[in-house]
Amino acid sequence: MQTAKAQIKVTPLAQLVTNAELQTEAERQLGICNSCRYCEGYCGTFKALTRYRSFDAATVNHLANLCHNCRGCYYACQYTEPHEFALNIPALLANVRAQNWEQHVKPQALSRVMQGSVWPYALFTVLFILLFSTVIKVPWLSAQPFYASISHNALVLIFTPLFVIPLVSLAAGIRGYWKSVGGSRLRLSDLREAMLSAASMKNLSGGQGQGCNYESGERYSSSRRWAHQATMYGFLLCFLSTSTATLYHYVLNSPAPYPFWSLPKLFGVGGGLLLSTGCALLWYLKTKSDRALGSAARTTAEYVFIGLLFFVSTTGLLLYWSKGTGLASSWLIVHLALVATFFIAIPYSKMAHGFFRLAALCREAQLQR
Amino acid sequence: MTAPVIELQPDLNVMTPGIGPPVADVIVIGAGNAALCAAITAAEQGAKVTLLERAPRSYRGGNSRHTRNFRCSHDSDLGVLSGAYQLDEFYDDLLRVTKGNTDEKLAKLVISSAPESYQWMTKQGVIFQPSLSGTLSLSRTNAFFLGGGKALVNAYFQRCEDLNIDIIYNATVLDLHIDNGDCDGVLVDIEGSQRYLRATSFVVAAGGFESNKEWLAEAWGEAAKNFLIRGTPYNRGEVLRQVLAHGADSIGDPSQCHAVAIDGRAPEYDGGIVTRLDCVPFAVVLNKHGERFYDEGEDVWPKRYAIWGRLVAAQPEQIAYAIIDDKSSELFMPSVFPATCCDSLSDLIVEMGLPLKETMATIEAFNNACSEGEFHPTELDGLSTEGITPAKTNWARAIITPPFRGYMLRPGVTFTYLGINVDETARVTFNGNRSKNVWAAGEIMAGNILGEGYLAGFGMTIGTVFGRIAGQQAALHANS
Repeated sequence: MQTAKAQIKVTPLAQLVTNAELQTEAERQLGICNSCRYCEGYCGTFKALTRYRSFDAATVNHLANLCHNCRGCYYACQYTEPHEFALNIPALLANVRAQNWEQHVKPQALSRVMQGSVWPYALFTVLFILLFSTVIKVPWLSAQPFYASISHNALVLIFTPLFVIPLVSLAAGIRGYWKSVGGSRLRLSDLREAMLSAASMKNLSGGQGQGCNYESGERYSSSRRWAHQATMYGFLLCFLSTSTATLYHYVLNSPAPYPFWSLPKLFGVGGGLLLSTGCALLWYLKTKSDRALGSAARTTAEYVFIGLLFFVSTTGLLLYWSKGTGLASSWLIVHLALVATFFIAIPYSKMAHGFFRLAALCREAQLQR
Repeated sequence: MTAPVIELQPDLNVMTPGIGPPVADVIVIGAGNAALCAAITAAEQGAKVTLLERAPRSYRGGNSRHTRNFRCSHDSDLGVLSGAYQLDEFYDDLLRVTKGNTDEKLAKLVISSAPESYQWMTKQGVIFQPSLSGTLSLSRTNAFFLGGGKALVNAYFQRCEDLNIDIIYNATVLDLHIDNGDCDGVLVDIEGSQRYLRATSFVVAAGGFESNKEWLAEAWGEAAKNFLIRGTPYNRGEVLRQVLAHGADSIGDPSQCHAVAIDGRAPEYDGGIVTRLDCVPFAVVLNKHGERFYDEGEDVWPKRYAIWGRLVAAQPEQIAYAIIDDKSSELFMPSVFPATCCDSLSDLIVEMGLPLKETMATIEAFNNACSEGEFHPTELDGLSTEGITPAKTNWARAIITPPFRGYMLRPGVTFTYLGINVDETARVTFNGNRSKNVWAAGEIMAGNILGEGYLAGFGMTIGTVFGRIAGQQAALHANS
């Protein structure tokens, strides 16, 4: 053949370190997708993709945050390796997301280590165990016993900043993201649209309810959707439990502990069971899934995060069941330490995905208007 | 995927007819849509089936990997298809594209069996979706596969696994032992070792010869070297040639292939859908000497689509260049490779390697021949040039608005027409007599029905209907 071919140079995703490198690769892969469009029916990412003819960084980030890593597009793709086009959209977008979150949530260094390794989680947990073990021994802090041994005020004192500071950081990050993708003033209808999509995990439906291709290769399955639903609703119930307990405490002037047939307990036990089951299932499914279709550098931290949520919920349940026994205060210390670590991790770990995705879904609703 | 597929030599000593136990009731050669439908149908009838796939697992499914829809008749709403697409209309569409070069009985069999096949496909796990964006013209006639052809093939392979069909990848059939239309077994190379596999019934569904450039060169001469093959490099036509050599009756023009004009920078094989380039109607198209050679605005898709491959193939070095200006840059589906783009026309011409003086002269003459008028990109708008040959009879607008963009075009071969003759039970005929135990389905026999031309999604209909018939007949023979 006399004429030169277009050079197709493919670098493994793991070697694309900078934003610019990843952006170039994203333009290449999404350009191929856009001239094919066979995957249009799978999820919101592909529906959005057809609006564009080129892919600047803002568009790539928007598409990446819409992607739920369901992998339907990968297994249906004619152009995956060994084809020279070497498409791997789920992995590409997972890598873009990870970089994107790091870029927006400050401090970036904390985001980098918490998305990348186990040790910050371990370190925080140990530190908090030490902290709570100390607190429990200080008489004036353990007055007005909450559960076995820590006062409500001490908990408020410790957890308020642990809750507020990461949330402020996350909110700033989401705000930065929103600006970067060109988001306009949010309407209630955008939020409603996004919430409905998230509530049903529409983007894990595979487009026709057949599910995704996560743990069993080419076969469709809804396991991950169910596991995620259990995790998400379990988590929300736990959150509701704490919220109602706060209302009981301050509004109804009724401090903990509460009987089983009370809202905080029902939400807490139900949520805890759902959350731990969901996390266990997510963990199992992850072990069955192909690492090469996610962000390889983030896989460990993703496991750690699922593990953290699992232990937060199980220690909560253990604490409830060990009430009145000698183990109660030990479980309390561990549980509180894990919860505190979790709070810190919210903006810097996989937990951020919920907020970024919701923002992306809101933006998508705007763009579809 | 550009690695050439090696031609293997059969060791005929391994082939000893009548010796050795059969490996299965039915051997299916090929693993595209038709082969999979045949294998599944035979297995559903209780036959033990072995499926021979020449490609490795990652490239399984033949050219069905690249397909995206199934043309289907329907009297009323059917799944994702709304309204009606009656048998007569379907048949008329077929007559129009083939210019009557079809077997009426077989064609009507395919057309009338399509809706039932649609239901059957759904039961096998194939998921349909409404037509994709940019394909509205097909929404009534064609049911699209969710995720495209590879997702369809995946669904069928899963079904094969569930039915305990023995799938052998990297299995190249080197010869069939056929005596007077009676097949005893097949000589197969499986990852380097040759084996002789026997069975009661045989289904050949191994596609055409479009990726065999030596064979294409028999009809096209040297020009074939410059053809790009849109699909799998594994469709070498070996099984077709073997069966013909054993006396099967051939059908279809051996010198014809269906070719479209695609992006000249596409890979030599397997570029698939993304290499299509539908900018021709909005462009001036030049050969390497900077000359126009055909009316770019003659007709709408799909007729235009069907002729440009051949037109480019007839030009020197089988290459052409399409040049558009900024007015037209977003009027067609995005191309996989970015256009060469320059603010000045002369820069673009130089960058594309065209002769500057001649090309400028051609484009100036073209521009001067354009006149004012209403431009409608989606219909024949009659906006024609005056006083140049060849004329551009629709969508003729002067190429004057920078930036200018250029694409290189080459012929992209999609499929070949040569096939083997079958009857309405998919049974192959040898020297005019029905074979005892050989059936055919898919591209290898599609020439019976689609003698020339192209009808979107119809190859999948032929493959599905005849695949199912072949599978059923092969199992029936094995069970009796």
